[in-house]
Amino acid sequence: MNYSIAFRTIVTKEIYRFIRIWPQTLLPPAITTALYFLIFGKLIGGRIGTIHGASYMDYIVPGVILMSVISHAYSNVVSSFYSTKFQRNIEELLVAPVPNWVILGGYVSGGIFRGLLVGLVVALISLLFADIVVNNAVIAIAIAFLTATVFSLAGFINAVLAESFDDISIIPNFVLTPLSYLGGVFYSVEMLPGVWQTISLANPILYMINAFRYGFIGVTDVNIQFAFLITGGFIIILAGLSLFILHKGVGIKN
Amino acid sequence: MNALSLRNLRKTYNNGFEALKGIDLEVEAGDFFALLGPNGAGKSTAIGIICSLVNATGGSVSIFGHDLKTDRAKAKSCIGLVPQEVNFNQFETVKNIVLNQAGYYGTPTKLARQRTELCLKQMDLWDKRDMVSRRLSGGMKRRVMIARALVHAPKLLILDEPTAGVDIEIRRSMWKMMREINRQGTTIILTTHYLEEAESLCRNIAIINHGLIVENTDMASLLSRLNIDHFILYLAQPVAVMPRIEGYQIERVDDKILNVSVPKETGLNNLFSQLTAHNIKVLSLKNRSNRLEQLFMDLIESKPAGDKQ
Repeated sequence: MNYSIAFRTIVTKEIYRFIRIWPQTLLPPAITTALYFLIFGKLIGGRIGTIHGASYMDYIVPGVILMSVISHAYSNVVSSFYSTKFQRNIEELLVAPVPNWVILGGYVSGGIFRGLLVGLVVALISLLFADIVVNNAVIAIAIAFLTATVFSLAGFINAVLAESFDDISIIPNFVLTPLSYLGGVFYSVEMLPGVWQTISLANPILYMINAFRYGFIGVTDVNIQFAFLITGGFIIILAGLSLFILHKGVGIKN
Repeated sequence: MNALSLRNLRKTYNNGFEALKGIDLEVEAGDFFALLGPNGAGKSTAIGIICSLVNATGGSVSIFGHDLKTDRAKAKSCIGLVPQEVNFNQFETVKNIVLNQAGYYGTPTKLARQRTELCLKQMDLWDKRDMVSRRLSGGMKRRVMIARALVHAPKLLILDEPTAGVDIEIRRSMWKMMREINRQGTTIILTTHYLEEAESLCRNIAIINHGLIVENTDMASLLSRLNIDHFILYLAQPVAVMPRIEGYQIERVDDKILNVSVPKETGLNNLFSQLTAHNIKVLSLKNRSNRLEQLFMDLIESKPAGDKQ
């Protein structure tokens, strides 16, 4: 049995799905982030000055890019897999000799691809507002890829456990967005009072954004190795959990 | 070789409902097999377990000698499923639905394209290949599901009420299609509520009720057990009082229609002689119910829950 064909089929289907509806998947982040850059970066940022030696616009660009990667990697997998479950076309995969790791890998790859593509679109938009010279492309690309993987896996688990369309919007609205905003997209944690700094350090997104920012402009509030360790750890835990619930058939088998 | 073997297959749902109470079933390769039963009898649960859509509580499933637990990939490669309800992506084109399914089974792209074309042509859907599937009629959607189930050339095709809700013309054409698929060597397991469909198509039959197999035999043997035929007689003139005729049970439906039960060994000649003697002229007659339907009802009513095999 050639699993690479099954894997390729799922990934191609997933990519084709979000490309086909590009006005819903690729256009909104371009418009939203252009507004972020215009309002926070140009209009307000001009009055803030510099953070760690970088202009405010340059400082927020990496965070805004990674925030887009996070939300789109997550939403791609959660909406696609939940729809598949809801319309019962998940049965096409369950009947076929496709192992669980191929199903997981296929959907997560689709999420990673969309997350990174949206990140690229936002990065191109940022060029209209900021003049960024990339400090370390390898670190920036690696952390973007790993972050997209983490949130694609999280989206997958959310989709498997969701029992209604309401359930797929709870985590993005009440967990993901607050954690992203509190993860240092628009500020340095050093600007927070002592106790809030400590609390912020419990937010994994803070490490991802700072590692990505380091890759872009060479500025970070956290240790880069530790940021990679945390991100990798989340991938292992979430992948293990995803495979476990797939194996048990939770939410997808009677 | 058996296409399918079920051994002591059991399923108890989380709410405590025991859908399958330990069924054993064997379907020979090349057979056209009917799995019948009333709603909630356990048919869909059994099919769900065979197709890996439902987790079994116990027992084993073997498909062409491959155990579904220990030799999962090979066992699943042998199966094609046409489910009861439409379950493909309604926003996908007909061609992509079938092509993707071939991909899930690991079919190389070139071969997948050839088989997709073949299956869609066989189902008379090639002209609709680029149409988004939600725009298809109900009958076409059913045929898409058959094409999808056949694209990887399965050795065992499971049809779960494939003709439910389709008009008689499409049903007949689907019967023809199913016969042809079976003739080409594919084993078919059919569940249906149309008993004339099972009678017309299938060689062997199992009847499931309350999670147990209550009958498992060949169609001819089952039908031969019918010892009473039921007819409806249409009369030329109204009859006010029905004469008593020995050997027949006659029920007057209205002035010009009679229900008659005729023991097989008795035959109809004597009935007509007696009716003629009473000056009752019969214009026409027809079978009151499908033969299999009669047996089905007898079996379901005579073997309540707990009466195992």
